[in-house]
Amino acid sequence: MTAMPAGAPAEKVSKKPSLEKGPGPGGAPSASPRARAVRRFRRNRLAVAGGAVLGTVVLMSLLAPLIAGDPNAVDLDAVRQGPSGAHWFGTDTSGRDVFARTLYAGRVSLLVGLAAALGAVVVGTLFGAVSGLFGGVVDNVIMRIADIVMSFPTVVVILVLAGIVGPSVTVLIVAIGMTQWPVAGRVVRGVTMSLRDREYIQAAEASGANARWLIRKHIVPAALPPVTVTGTLAVAQAIMLETTASFLGLGVRPPQASWGNMLNDAQNLTLIQTMPWLWIPPGVAIAVTVLAVNFVGDGLRDAVTPGGRT
Amino acid sequence: MTSLSKKEPAGPLLEIEDLVVEFAGDEETVRAVDGAGYTVAPGETLGVVGESGSGKSVTAMSALGLIKPPGRVVSGRVVFDGSDLRAMPRRELRRLRGGRIAMIFQDPMTALNPVMSVGAQIGEALRLHRPGMSRAKARARAAELLALVGVPGAERRLKQYPHEFSGGMRQRAMIAMAIANDPDLLIADEPTTALDVTVQAQVLDLIRLTRRETGAATVLITHDLGVVAELADRVVVMYAGRVVEHGTVAAIFDSPRHPYTRGLLESLPSLDGEVGDLTPIPGSPPAPGEVAEGCAFAPRCAMVRDRCRVERPELVQSGTRRASACHFHHELAGEETDARA
Repeated sequence: MTAMPAGAPAEKVSKKPSLEKGPGPGGAPSASPRARAVRRFRRNRLAVAGGAVLGTVVLMSLLAPLIAGDPNAVDLDAVRQGPSGAHWFGTDTSGRDVFARTLYAGRVSLLVGLAAALGAVVVGTLFGAVSGLFGGVVDNVIMRIADIVMSFPTVVVILVLAGIVGPSVTVLIVAIGMTQWPVAGRVVRGVTMSLRDREYIQAAEASGANARWLIRKHIVPAALPPVTVTGTLAVAQAIMLETTASFLGLGVRPPQASWGNMLNDAQNLTLIQTMPWLWIPPGVAIAVTVLAVNFVGDGLRDAVTPGGRT
Repeated sequence: MTSLSKKEPAGPLLEIEDLVVEFAGDEETVRAVDGAGYTVAPGETLGVVGESGSGKSVTAMSALGLIKPPGRVVSGRVVFDGSDLRAMPRRELRRLRGGRIAMIFQDPMTALNPVMSVGAQIGEALRLHRPGMSRAKARARAAELLALVGVPGAERRLKQYPHEFSGGMRQRAMIAMAIANDPDLLIADEPTTALDVTVQAQVLDLIRLTRRETGAATVLITHDLGVVAELADRVVVMYAGRVVEHGTVAAIFDSPRHPYTRGLLESLPSLDGEVGDLTPIPGSPPAPGEVAEGCAFAPRCAMVRDRCRVERPELVQSGTRRASACHFHHELAGEETDARA
């Protein structure tokens, strides 16, 4: 728009028009808080690497049908074979392709991780905001419930639920969401309490806002950055819980593949010693995914905490 | 006198009577407002003056039903346009807030949400009271309002965040929010205190303009008597949670009939006087909760007598449309007699 053909100095000037456009991808200094956080995140190499790895894992899981064959196809002529051109990661005790199973298992693990974390965050945000906004008895009741929930070992809850309604992906999501919400709840409660006495909340009330409006328009947007961080870390936690539960036979039911039940299949000592292709792929997948999610979570936390290390 | 569209002034628009507000602390309960009251007629501008802690803001907040724990309205009546606000269901009260009764806050720095665009915040004020209003409509109306309060380039400014606004512009945006729903009563709590002197005059002009536009009655809370002289029709002077004097601006400024009002006026610099002529009021107001017998102003009063320390003066008529809460208001009314020390 401005003087383009002015040569080298114009290049510096040409960045300025993005100022008027507000939060643009260029990252102008006066951009919105969100744009500034994005910039800080991008400068964090570990977080960006984590994001890239995570993106690859997600992409490979989603594109599994294009990359690999049927994860449940049994080939009894090729049982427990080592890695080869036909079966990159070898085959398991039923002659199923380990590579295909690892990719498809990623779908389940990521689904459980994301859905459970999302559920936990939504419930936690709601309870936390109500708790912080109303205070008093309401706050006390909700926080005591949170304390009780936090003192339940999640694995035991999954075990009991799976015992009652039978193990399934849904049970996993519900059980993990139900037991993980207090983390987000506490964060949001803290944010809400610090906001409650702000004048702009009072101003909104003086304009006739009710609690629902305040939560939706003022509290949730303010709580979103810290909650995104806890949410991300909750994804890692949920993936771990899913694998644990599936490993114990309480989560994803075979023949559907999950990283946890793939490890379960490789439980005995001889297999561990002689057929590492059975447990290394799901094991590495779990470790890499959880690590990547945690790096992203840490990066997000640093990005949304102004004054933190940059 | 007021705009044509308003109904016959059947009675006062707002009537606060014998209001008592207490704040519960850990150790003791503090009485912030102790039997204060005033009335506001439709279209009228009432200045409420007093030092910080005199209960002027708390009294006005009660008109919005916005006194929250640990604060509590203990007794008294708050009547708006014939309906008792203290008995009103919360839902109806919320409809009044920001609708027929709107508020302008003191500090535009903190009264705007820093992470919400200005346009969204004005739109919020609109949409709260018109649930059916579309985003686009609210946006268009917000631009109109911003233009009305004198923000140049309103259309572009809507997208900006409060930190991109100057203090004066922010206060203009606040006023735009307040008048969004054409209120009948505007409560302005120290609207100019947080602003630069040069900007203060502009904002006062703006309040004058909005008053003309909306025909709204205004309660102007301030400790600045200059602001009152410029804008108000009548004045209420508060001290230690009570009204000590009220009357028309002319009457109060010409012949104050309470030693405290007189003290306030004497501590006001004038253009023709020497700076040395300023007479501050000695001492400081009683801490809230320091319930003394007799007149609360007695310890600082130049004309204090024995009676003042034992008997609390009631607010009594002291001429036409004015009242004073001093035992000796007749003496002050006498004329420019010097009070004996």
